[in-house]
Amino acid sequence: MIWRAVIGSCLLMAAGFVSSPQAQTPATYRIENGEVPAPLTAEPGNPARGRQTVRDMTHVTCLICHALPIPEEPDHGEIGPPLAGIGSRYSAGALRARLMDPKAFNPESIMPAYFRTDGLNRVGAEFRGRTIYTPQQIEDVVAYLLSLKEP
Amino acid sequence: MAAPLPRWKLASALIVCGLTGYSAAPPRAADSTSVPYETEGRKSGYLFLTPATRTLQDDEFQNPGAFALERGRDLWDAPDGPDRKSCASCHGDAATAMVGVAARYPVFDAARNGLVNIEMRINAERERMKAAPYAYESDDMLALTTFLTAQSRGMPMTPDIDGPARPLFEQGRAFYEARRGQLDLSCGQCHDDRTGLRLRGDVISQGQVNGFPVYRVSWRGQASRHRIFAWCNTSVRAEPYAAGSPEYLALELFMAWRGRGLPIEAPSIRR
Repeated sequence: MIWRAVIGSCLLMAAGFVSSPQAQTPATYRIENGEVPAPLTAEPGNPARGRQTVRDMTHVTCLICHALPIPEEPDHGEIGPPLAGIGSRYSAGALRARLMDPKAFNPESIMPAYFRTDGLNRVGAEFRGRTIYTPQQIEDVVAYLLSLKEP
Repeated sequence: MAAPLPRWKLASALIVCGLTGYSAAPPRAADSTSVPYETEGRKSGYLFLTPATRTLQDDEFQNPGAFALERGRDLWDAPDGPDRKSCASCHGDAATAMVGVAARYPVFDAARNGLVNIEMRINAERERMKAAPYAYESDDMLALTTFLTAQSRGMPMTPDIDGPARPLFEQGRAFYEARRGQLDLSCGQCHDDRTGLRLRGDVISQGQVNGFPVYRVSWRGQASRHRIFAWCNTSVRAEPYAAGSPEYLALELFMAWRGRGLPIEAPSIRR
C-alpha cells in the first residue's frame, strides 16, 4: 500500500498559487492503495479534450514517450510502454495517481510527475511552483486514457 | 587530418552547387586517418545521423560548417588590437601550431584556479592583444573555435582529469547525474540508459560532445557545447547556467572524458 501525500502541491494550491486560473483543486489528496480515487475537479474529465492534450506539441505530451492510438500523428515515442488498451487495465483512480506522481510507484521512473511541485531540483523560473498539468488537464487525460479499451 | 580546402575552390563549388542544385563531389568516406566513430561502446553523434546528413557532413563542398571554418581561417590571420597582431603573428600556421589542442581541452589553468575551454582561451589571448573579447556565442567566436577545433580533426579526445582538475571533473559528473527541472530528468537517464530509442521523431544519441562546435540543423547555424548544455537544461524545464559558467566548464570536462577516444569532428553537423 502506498501512502504519499503530495504536500507541496497542496500547500501551493491552498495558498492560491495554482497553475491555471481555471484550476479547481482539492484541499488535499493522497495516493491510497495505488489510487487517487476522487477527481481533482468538479467538472468531469473530457476524453476528447484529453486526446487533444496528449498530442499538443506545445506542451509536455504523452506522445513524446508513448505510442497512442492516434494514427494521424507521426513519430510516437518509444521511451515508455504503448498506452493502447490501458483503460482496460487500470481504474480511473490508478491512472490519475500514475499521472500525478509516477515516482510514488517507482522512484527510478523516468516519467515526470504531472501534478507535483516538491522534491524537484533547479526548476526553471517560469515553471517554479507550477504543476505540469492543471487539475482539469489531469482529469481530461485520465478520461481519455480510460477510454482506451482493449479491443 | 582533412587537408584544408583552397578557398577559391570552395567558393566556386558553392556557387556551382547553388546554381545547379547539384554537387558533383562524391560523398567522402570518413577520413582514413581519423580514429573510429565508436570506441568501447562510446558512439559519436555521427552514428545517430541519417545517411543523408552523414553524407552532408562528409562532403566538404556541401558541409555548412565550412562557412565558419573559412571565416575562422580569416580571423586567425586578421590583425586586431592596437599592435595590429593576429593569432598567426605569434602562433604561425594553425595547421601546425594548433594540432591536438582541441582534443585535450578543457584544461585546468593554475592562474585562474579553474578550467579553461577553447572559447575562454581565445578571449584570454585577445585580452593580451588588447583586442575586444568575442561574445561567447558570437559568429566570430564560433568561427574561430570551429577553425581551431578542426586542426585536431580525426584525433581522439584525451582530456586530463587528474591532478587539480579532478574535483572539477567530479563536479561535472555530479551535474550530469543530477535530476533537474520540472521534468525531473538527469542527462544520463536519456543519454546513457535510453540511447537509440525514439523520443518523438528523434533518436536519442549518447549526447557526446566530440563533434562541437556543430552546425545544428534546427538552429541553422554553428553552436557551442555550452549552448547545447543550456538547451538541454531548458528542455527539461530547468534553469540553465550561463555559457562559460564554472558549472558548464566542469560538465564540459566530464563530457570530454565521457567521450574519450572519440574523434574531434569539426566541422560536423547535428540535427
